[in-house]
Amino acid sequence: MAEPVPQVVAQMPKAKLIGLLALFLGPAVVIYTAFSIYPLLATMQLSTFTGETGGGVHFVGLANFATLLTDSLWSQPFWNAFKNNMIFFAIHMAVQNPIGIALAGLLSLPGLKLKGFYRTVFFLPTMLSVVIVGFSWNLILSPLWGVAKGALTAVGLGSWFAPWLGLESTALATLALMSVWQFVGIPMMLIYAALLNIPDELVDAARVDGLGQLRIFLHIKLPLVLPTIGLVSVLTFVGNFNAFDLIYSVKGALAGPNFASDILGTFFYRTFFGNQLQLGNPTMGAAVATVMFFIILAGVCLYLFVVQRRMRRYTF
Amino acid sequence: MFLEQRARALAVHVVLVAYSALALGPILLVVMNSFKARNAIFGSPLSPPDSSTFSLIGYAKVFRASHIFVYFENSLIVTIVSMGLVLLFGAMAAWALSEYRFRGSTALALFLSIGIMVPIRLGSVAILNMMRTAGLNDTLTALILVYIAQGLPMAIFILSEFIQQIPMDLRDAARCDGVPETRIFFEVIAPLLRPAIATVAVFTIVPIWNDLWFPLILTSSDSTHTITLGVQQFLGQYITDWNSVLAALSMAILPVVVIYVIFSRQLIAGLTSGAVK
Repeated sequence: MAEPVPQVVAQMPKAKLIGLLALFLGPAVVIYTAFSIYPLLATMQLSTFTGETGGGVHFVGLANFATLLTDSLWSQPFWNAFKNNMIFFAIHMAVQNPIGIALAGLLSLPGLKLKGFYRTVFFLPTMLSVVIVGFSWNLILSPLWGVAKGALTAVGLGSWFAPWLGLESTALATLALMSVWQFVGIPMMLIYAALLNIPDELVDAARVDGLGQLRIFLHIKLPLVLPTIGLVSVLTFVGNFNAFDLIYSVKGALAGPNFASDILGTFFYRTFFGNQLQLGNPTMGAAVATVMFFIILAGVCLYLFVVQRRMRRYTF
Repeated sequence: MFLEQRARALAVHVVLVAYSALALGPILLVVMNSFKARNAIFGSPLSPPDSSTFSLIGYAKVFRASHIFVYFENSLIVTIVSMGLVLLFGAMAAWALSEYRFRGSTALALFLSIGIMVPIRLGSVAILNMMRTAGLNDTLTALILVYIAQGLPMAIFILSEFIQQIPMDLRDAARCDGVPETRIFFEVIAPLLRPAIATVAVFTIVPIWNDLWFPLILTSSDSTHTITLGVQQFLGQYITDWNSVLAALSMAILPVVVIYVIFSRQLIAGLTSGAVK
């Protein structure tokens, strides 16, 4: 960032510089501010108002937040969605990232054949729409079709089969694993890129010392890509706490059975837009969005100020 | 020693092939069964269609019962226009931020990067109000404006990194010749940004094409639905008609897969920022 100012730019008359900046930065700054930052601030402002029967709104301070967090009619579904969202995130961290790391580790083995093919295939589900992935798995896991049951029976585990998406106890975990299946390509690709950036000399030195590939990976490569794993974790966090499409496609806005798969995204949609059970409520919707904003902000700050600070970056 | 190495390489391939099957299996299963008659879908789901089970009835129904071509056209318009403008405005902003130092330029760069981490979805309540006020509700323009705002932060970030790697001599030489600043950007710098387009494309095109949220919130009529929303609503409506559901899913999957396979090298190179060897 601190590169020397080019002479020509430094000598430019002020009016000319301002004109150039307006020309080059104007469109991006205007559209971004108007359709991204302003709506975010306007939503936060709206969360301190409440609707009137006549159609207007009046200021209520933080009353919406008090209702959301303490009135059992609101707080019960809110905390349920929050808890489910934490479980959704925990499953991603526990399954998606280790698989992503393992696949990246295998792909970066020296002399591996068909590398390009595997890479392309592993990333394919990530390119598809969440709607498509949700419906496809919905069909595959459906007891009506019986594909999943047949596959399990073929390996002798037929008795394990249950209509996972329909059971309160398993619906959320099943949806999370569907999402893991789709998005495992992202940690894989980012970690793979980081692994490729490790200079060969380091790895060669370890090999000369007699370390096997597994120990080289665990003791040398993995510690060096920790910053990337941190980045992947925060991206997963933001993605999960903003997730909506998958659960809406598979389970609808009511996130059944009995709200067992309700997360903050679907809760926000129901509150804001309404559904079979309730009318849409823009001001409460704005309050939910504001709370989601602070949850995501907390996660990002935790990453920026705690995780990233503690990690050493190596530049080669 | 040699045998041991061979055995180890084989074990690695077994794992990778198994995972490939897990990644491809569900997609293949859906596409394969979409070309079969109803009784074959249920009777022998794992076998590919043959002359006795082949049927296009699902596709015929999708064409008849939905506006699939309108949805495709809408998705294409929205994605291409948003993508083009994200690239143009993003490159211009990235150039100005890295080339002209001015008071507040670091603050502006930070301001523009907020959108990388904070999802624009959280502003939906106000976005819908704004679009209603402006009379843009239920138009593709509304979607395009939102998607440009959504794509810009990442595009500016990626393109800035890229612009900083362009050798200084190029633009300095042009400046000495008295070439105006706008021409330096459009004629010297912009053509050099071509390799970065793939990276920006992965981060903007894919989320726009696949987005369900904003079409759901901002569009209400069939004539403005995108393919993702159109297919989602069709599937919800015809959920018990397996032929149609499988056909609709396949029609949404195939174009993406074809384009992905054609460009996968560039896309992956873009994603790993040129680190792919």
